[in-house]
Amino acid sequence: MRVSFATAIEKAIEHAMAEDERIIIFGEDVHLLRNNLYARFGPERIIPAPISESAFLGAAVGVAMAGLKPIVEIMLVDFIAVAFDALLNQASKVKAFSGGKWNVPVVIRCSCGGGYGDAGQHEQCLWGLISSVPGISVVVPSNPPDAAGLMLSALNAEDPVVYLEHKLLSEYWLDYLGAGGRKNVAFDIPESGASGEIEIPPKNVAIGKASFLREGSDITFISIGVSVHRCLEASKALEREDASSCVLDLRTATPLDKESILEASRTGRVVVVDEDYLSFGLSGEIAAVLSESGYRGAFTRVGNTGVIPYARHLEDRALPSVDSIYEAAKKILGT
Amino acid sequence: MILLVGGRLGLVFFLHMSLHMAQRFCYLSSVKTISKGDHMQGERKEVQPEYLYRQMVRARRFEEALASLWRRGLISGELHLGTGEEAIAAGFAAHLEDGDAIALDHRSTPPLVCRGLPLEPIILELIGSEKGLCSGWGGHMHLFSRDFLAASSGIVGSSAPLALGFALANKHLRQGKVAVCFFGEGAMNQGMVLESLNLARVWKLPVIFVCKDNRWAITTRSKNVTAGCLTKRARAYDMPAWKVNGLRVDDVCKTAKRAIERAREGRGPSFVLARCSRIDGHFLGDPLFRIFEEPLEQVKTITPPLIRSAIAKPGAPSGARARALFCISKAIALAGADKLKNFKDPLFISKNLILEEKRLEIEREVFEEIEKAVRTSLEVAGLKR
Repeated sequence: MRVSFATAIEKAIEHAMAEDERIIIFGEDVHLLRNNLYARFGPERIIPAPISESAFLGAAVGVAMAGLKPIVEIMLVDFIAVAFDALLNQASKVKAFSGGKWNVPVVIRCSCGGGYGDAGQHEQCLWGLISSVPGISVVVPSNPPDAAGLMLSALNAEDPVVYLEHKLLSEYWLDYLGAGGRKNVAFDIPESGASGEIEIPPKNVAIGKASFLREGSDITFISIGVSVHRCLEASKALEREDASSCVLDLRTATPLDKESILEASRTGRVVVVDEDYLSFGLSGEIAAVLSESGYRGAFTRVGNTGVIPYARHLEDRALPSVDSIYEAAKKILGT
Repeated sequence: MILLVGGRLGLVFFLHMSLHMAQRFCYLSSVKTISKGDHMQGERKEVQPEYLYRQMVRARRFEEALASLWRRGLISGELHLGTGEEAIAAGFAAHLEDGDAIALDHRSTPPLVCRGLPLEPIILELIGSEKGLCSGWGGHMHLFSRDFLAASSGIVGSSAPLALGFALANKHLRQGKVAVCFFGEGAMNQGMVLESLNLARVWKLPVIFVCKDNRWAITTRSKNVTAGCLTKRARAYDMPAWKVNGLRVDDVCKTAKRAIERAREGRGPSFVLARCSRIDGHFLGDPLFRIFEEPLEQVKTITPPLIRSAIAKPGAPSGARARALFCISKAIALAGADKLKNFKDPLFISKNLILEEKRLEIEREVFEEIEKAVRTSLEVAGLKR
C-alpha cells in the first residue's frame, strides 16, 4: 500500500506491538503523538513522560535490561544531549561490561534534520556524534519501505538502536514544527522519500546494509537521510551532461556497510554528502574506510561546517543542496 | 493590592516616552544606548501601575504582531508565544536594572520587550534578516542581547543553570546585581533545574527562579506527569518559595520586588511559582489547538485511523482503550480553554488597575508603537507591509 513516511513507521510498530507484548513506548506527549497506537494498545503500553529526558532515557536502559522492549522517544535528537549519559555511559556499555552476558534491546526514536528554519538547536542530525560511541546502532531511513523495515529490525535487535526520522520526510513533524498549518511556507520535500509503497506486514530491512539507488560509472555519491534525495537530483543533472552516477544510500550510519562503500567507490570519484557536521563525523569515517582499503581515487565531501543558522536563506547555504552537490561533483569530474 | 498611583507619574511617563524615542532612533545600532530601569530612577520604591500596564500591553501587542508575521509566512519554524505570561514578564522586568541578567526559555519575547530591548532588531531577527538582533542566526528561540545580559534557549530547563552562571559572575563583577531565570512548570521535572536549585542555595547566589505555571508540558497536562507541590519542592532546597497569581501584575510585581531585593542584599536565591495561562497553545499551529480552532477539518483526518486503531485486534482490553480515547479528547477540549476565558487573560484582569481614560491612552500609544516597529522593520528588511 502507498503510505507516508510516518505511516510506514507506525505500521511497522503496530505490527510489532501486536506480535510482541513486551514492546512499550514512552516519551514526551506520546499519547498524542502516537494517538493511534495509544487507542489500540492503551495507557499501559504507551506512556507519556514528563520533560525529563535523562530520567526516562536512563529508565529505558533498565526496562530493556529487565526484559521489556522499549521504544523511547526523544522528540528531537538535539534533546538527547540532556540525557546523553544514558546512551554514552550506560546503554552502550552494558553488553561489553557484562562480558556479553547482558544486552540492552532499546530503540531510541528521535526526529532529526533541518530545512524548515528552526535553527541549530532543533535541526541537528547528530548521527555522527552518536555513531562515534561503540555499542550503538544508528539508522537513518530515507523512504517509507526502509523506514518500516528498519523499525522492524530495530525492534528485533538485541542491542541499542537509535532510530532517526528526518523531519522533512515525516509530514507530521514538518507540519508541527515547520508549517503549523500554514499554506504559505515552502519546504524542499523529496517526494520519493515522503511517500512510497510498503507491504503489510512490512518487510525487514537489515541494519548495516546500504542500498544502491542508482548505478553509474563516472562518479559515486555516498549519502544518508534526506541528502540521498539531493544526490539523486544532482545525478539527474549530471546525466544530462553525460556523466553517469552511482548513488549509495547508507541507511545505517553505524555499523557502516564497508563492503558496499568499497563497491560503490569503483568509479574512482567519491562524493560523500552528509547533512550532519562535516568535521569528526560520518564523511571523515568514510574517507578512513576508503583510505584503509587502499582506495586511491578522488574524494570530496559536502556537509555542514558550522552551527545551522535560523534564517531560511542562511540555512539553505549551510545544508547540502542539489546545487552544492552538483558543484562538488563538477569539480571532482574536472568538467 | 492595587499599587498607588503616585505623584511621580509625570516623570515616569516622560522617562518612558524618552525611552521609546531612544529605541526608535537607535534600533539598528548597539542596544547599549538604551537606559534601563528609568521608571524607578533615583529611589527604588513602588512601580507605577500605568507602567506595568503599558509593559503588558506592549508585550501582548508585540506577540500579536509576531503571530501575524508568522501567519504571513515571514517567520519560520516554531513560534512559541508568551501570551498569558505578560504579567510575569512585566512584574519582574520592572525591578531589573543595568547589570542584572535574564535567562529565558522558548517564550522569550515578553521579558525582552518588558526589559526595554528595542523592538525592531527582534522583529528583524524573527523575519530572518541579517540586520536582526542576532544577524538572522538565532531566531525566536535563540535571542541574545549581550548588553542586556539576556539569553534564551529552546532546551527546556536550560535557563536555570545559565542563570546560576550569570549570578555567580555578577557576584564577582557586579555586586548587588542579580540574575532571573524564567522557565515553565514542565521544566521543573528536568534534572538540570533541580540541580540548579541546589547549587544556587549552596553557593548562595543572587538568582531568582521564576516558574511560569501554565499547566501544560508541551501537550501533556503537567499534573499528570508531576509529583507533589512545586513550592514545597523548592523549599526543600532551603530557599523561600512564593506562590503568586501570575495573571495579576500587581501581585507579581510585589513578589518580584521581594525576591529581587533579597538577592541584591546577598541573601541568596528564591523561587517564585506564578500560575499563568497559555492563550495560544504550545506554539502557533499547535496541532491540539488547531483541532480546537478548526474541528471539522482536523477531525476528518484524525478520526478514521484513530477509530480503526481503537477497534483493531489484538490490543489492550476495551476499558484501557476507552481510557485512552477519553484522554485524547480531554486534551483537545482543554487545549483552547485558556483562549476563551477572560479571567485567564492577564491583560483583562489588569484593566481595573488604572483609570479607563489612561488605559485607553496607553493602548493607543502602544498600538502605534508596535505598528511603527513592524512597519520600520519590514521596510528595513525590504518587505512589503
